[in-house]
Amino acid sequence: MLLNASGCLDALVAPDVARQLDAFVTKTITPLPREGNAPQRIAETAHGMLNAIGLANPGRERFLGEMLPRLVVTLDIPIWVSVGGFSAQDYAETCAALDRSEAAVIELNLSCPNVDEAADGAAEIVAACRDATPIPLYAKLSAAHPDVGAVARAVADAGADGLSLINTLRGAALDPRTLKPVLARTTGGLSGPSLKPVALAAVHACYAATGLPIVGMGGVTTGQDALELIACGARDVALGTVLFSDPDAPARVRAELAEAAERAGVASPDDVFADAHDAEKHPHTRRKVTA
Amino acid sequence: MSRRERRSVVGTEPVGPYTLLRLERGGLDPGVPGQFFMLEAPGRLLPRALSLCLAPEGELAFLIDPVGPGTEALCRLAPGDAIHVFGPLGNGYRLDVARPLLVGGGIGIAPLPYLAQALGGAPALMGFRSQDHAAAADLLPGAEVVVEPTLVTELIDPSRDVLACGPEPMLRAVAALCPSAQLAWEAPMACGYGACYGCAVEIDDELKRLCVEGPVLDASCTKLQVVTNEVAA
Repeated sequence: MLLNASGCLDALVAPDVARQLDAFVTKTITPLPREGNAPQRIAETAHGMLNAIGLANPGRERFLGEMLPRLVVTLDIPIWVSVGGFSAQDYAETCAALDRSEAAVIELNLSCPNVDEAADGAAEIVAACRDATPIPLYAKLSAAHPDVGAVARAVADAGADGLSLINTLRGAALDPRTLKPVLARTTGGLSGPSLKPVALAAVHACYAATGLPIVGMGGVTTGQDALELIACGARDVALGTVLFSDPDAPARVRAELAEAAERAGVASPDDVFADAHDAEKHPHTRRKVTA
Repeated sequence: MSRRERRSVVGTEPVGPYTLLRLERGGLDPGVPGQFFMLEAPGRLLPRALSLCLAPEGELAFLIDPVGPGTEALCRLAPGDAIHVFGPLGNGYRLDVARPLLVGGGIGIAPLPYLAQALGGAPALMGFRSQDHAAAADLLPGAEVVVEPTLVTELIDPSRDVLACGPEPMLRAVAALCPSAQLAWEAPMACGYGACYGCAVEIDDELKRLCVEGPVLDASCTKLQVVTNEVAA
């Protein structure tokens, strides 16, 4: 299944791009509206880009009252709602509010690098949300943690149904002339092709640690990139930064993924699922997808 | 209707310190003057947002100021090269004006030749920082040209319907003189179609995406800041 990474596509402004996907993931919704960070918010870097948008969103009330109904009418694919907040209670209240909505999956954004407020621990947030809703919960984790597999195990134990890996990594860029930060808040989240090796490692580690379904993302530009994430243990793949330069990327990557599978000598991309694992070391790897 | 197509380079022409990049038009719609296209910059991750300068038969032409690695790569393109072009995007100028006056500053004169053509001819006033830069005025024959220290705002007739594009201080000065002017702004954009939220600017006291709301805005809108450098660090 091909999705977008949260915050990388506005399906109401570009519905034709969203309709190429198998499911649409919303921008992260917080309890209250957030205007986001002051400009400058983006910078291109070598093989990547930085963003410091700051979770700009209309807030939970307007999202539920206006945006989600419009998304449901506009798209005929499942809608995953990305949920953010600054305490376990924030997250849980939004999950409870979504309980009567059209949300197919709730992705808990536990890893935005662009806000100052510290969130509660990932497992604590997942546990609170688990109590608040039966809707499937995917925990979006950061690969910045020294042992992301351990975090994955903790959120799995707390009731997560799946994992989204990875979010951006904090970085900075300087103006080469002034040597001052390009971004107004100095740092932003690094995304793009430079992230792919980090994403492969994190998906590999978290699949080995939990066996949970994983949406793999981070620097996916081609079908081959997507196939490699699947081989590391991603059940589904999301596109982020590539959507900025190529709004036709979902259809292209989907076609390339089939070609890449053929080159790998298998009939379907699912046939390489978890192939990057040593089956003797990781018992999860024996669980093959039979879609 | 915006589309993304791979288009061949017809040619590049130096225009003072700028470069006019001419591309085959293919099935792309040139759009309304003031709208923009995202041009793939060879070797760079992100495309660059450029407003259409001229729309000769079968071509799209863009005036480029090489201020960073992406625009430099675009200026180095040669006939036979091909790049992806996505557009037209955003909201252009309203053309239902009675007494138009086109006002441009520096690389901001880029959309004015196509705008003048769409209006069936219109007086134009252009300001540049040097005689070298003023070579770009040749793209719109008949334009009145000033070079710093003279500023375009010293010559504007405020009774005209002003359609302007240029650096932030010029646009602010034009807005003060002509509250009903239409102003084309600039902000770093990764996508150009509302996906990245990178081009947020303050419009009517709210941070909004310039690619969705603009880039042409009424002078009565308030704006926080404009960044005229490339997105590249």
